[in-house]
Amino acid sequence: MNHVKSNLKTKIKRLSENRGLYFLILPSLILLIVFYYRPMYGVIIAFKDYKLSAGILDSPWSDPWYKYFLKFFSSYQFQTTIKNTLVITIYSLLVSFPIPILLALIINQMRATRYKKIFQTITYMPHFISVVVVVGMINLIFSSGTGLVSQLFQMMGMDAPNILGSAKAFKHLYVWSEVWQHAGWDTIIYLAALSSIDPSLYEAASIDGASSMQKIRFIDIPMIIPTAITLLILRCGGLMSLGFEKVYLMQNNLNLLSSEVISTYVYKIGLLGSQFSYSSAVNLFSTLINLVLLLMVNKISKRMSDTSIW
Amino acid sequence: MIEKSKRFRKLTKFDLLVYVLTLLILIVILYPIYFVVIASFSDPTAVASGKVWLLPQGFTFDGYMELFRHSNIWIGYRNTILYTAGGTLVGLFINLTAAFVLSRKDFMGRKFIMTLFVITMFFNGGLIPTFVTVKQVGLYDNPLVMIIPFSVSAFNVIVARTFFKSSIPEELWEQAKIDGCGNIRYFVQIVLPLSKAIISVLALWIAVGMWNSYFNALIYLKDSNYHPLQLILRNILITNNMQTALGTGEAAQIALRLSNLMRYSVIVISTIPIMCIYPLVQKHFNKGIMIGSVKG
Repeated sequence: MNHVKSNLKTKIKRLSENRGLYFLILPSLILLIVFYYRPMYGVIIAFKDYKLSAGILDSPWSDPWYKYFLKFFSSYQFQTTIKNTLVITIYSLLVSFPIPILLALIINQMRATRYKKIFQTITYMPHFISVVVVVGMINLIFSSGTGLVSQLFQMMGMDAPNILGSAKAFKHLYVWSEVWQHAGWDTIIYLAALSSIDPSLYEAASIDGASSMQKIRFIDIPMIIPTAITLLILRCGGLMSLGFEKVYLMQNNLNLLSSEVISTYVYKIGLLGSQFSYSSAVNLFSTLINLVLLLMVNKISKRMSDTSIW
Repeated sequence: MIEKSKRFRKLTKFDLLVYVLTLLILIVILYPIYFVVIASFSDPTAVASGKVWLLPQGFTFDGYMELFRHSNIWIGYRNTILYTAGGTLVGLFINLTAAFVLSRKDFMGRKFIMTLFVITMFFNGGLIPTFVTVKQVGLYDNPLVMIIPFSVSAFNVIVARTFFKSSIPEELWEQAKIDGCGNIRYFVQIVLPLSKAIISVLALWIAVGMWNSYFNALIYLKDSNYHPLQLILRNILITNNMQTALGTGEAAQIALRLSNLMRYSVIVISTIPIMCIYPLVQKHFNKGIMIGSVKG
């Protein structure tokens, strides 16, 4: 009894001693609750026939409660958006996940320090260009007739295809411009892992007669695997969420067949079409799939390699 | 000694391969940027007929002159500078205070509040519920929407918290407490001056993000006087593209070329600030990722 009392006393003492801390965390906590947790509660409009005038609470429940999910599953956009989202995220995973690793291994092999610094500065540079400008550059360089690529085709005596208006070319354009923009920047985290390698390991390997390739294979690669797995898990948790900004900019009427993805669809039916409940249902569906994927991949990785994100 | 022997090591075939490979990569990365710059100074007809490859042809400033007729570019520029400055200040305040408090072991409720932050990285209400909330709070079509609501970022909080935990020794607080220093004064006068590294990293991350994004402005700002540069660039570079492409005939062709020339120029004008600042602050960026990659 006494013990409990004194325990409570120290707790109260700590609380009053640390009043300042509660004061400091208040602003961020308020923002978190208002702009992150309140919308999470607002997700229930996916199960309601939401009307702006009635508000979230007073709008009637939809009948059946999964009406808007059913609407999505039976919509012709269901297959298209999910397929497009997955095609682009998986393609981009296959390409833009390994390339920074290879690039980091190459940078790690460079000896001339000044050249290495310049190389890094330049490869990081595109990362700082805005999406709008990158898509603007794509449009100018690939535009049919006047663009650089189109000129190249004509120089070789071929008819230039309309790349920007081609549904087939969309995913390549999207993924490879991503690589162009971010591959250099994405090496930083691997270079951090590589820089923590004890140099005596390389010396020992040289004495044993290991070639440069063998050093990469047996020292560098094992060193970056934990980092790579952590990033891979996070990427898998995002398979269903493809960023809105770039896809939306790259969309045009001609490539819509392969460029309409979940996030752009949610935007169009929700904000442009004012179907608030339906849009929320589609959004919620993809968020949940992401969460399940993340937990699954994390579990598998924990079992297989002891690497986990928490 | 080791340095010396390294420098005089003979170039092997392997080194040569690395050189060739890295040179190729440099060309692939630099050429598109270089091309945009020379195209912005060239006669648009020469660009359209493929004569511009290595040097500007028919040197001209027409594209840049054309930009001055678009006053909204300069309004956008001003707005972006205001949003970036304001957003960075608010973002630093919000994320650093949260990270500091959450880094303190004697803060009761630390685990619970930390969990509240982390959850937002993996789950969110989605576009429409967030939009409805912003509207109800009265921030729709209000420039403050660019600065306040989304300034809190779980990722930044985690990175800064890791920094505080690893670089600010706990004994410092014990000592300050004995000297009668309260938490807020301790944070402002002792912790912040010791945290210049993390402050500059977060400031740069937030500022670059602010400068480059257009999503929030597209969703929440209707009045074009509030639009940031990126949204105006979107109209010039992307939305108008379709309209100009529709016309035919000589006059339309000339108009199309001039507007293309202006596009090259606007890319250069809008990207210069970041390109100039970035190499100067590059080392801070790297440091930030290193701090963040230490699991906390």
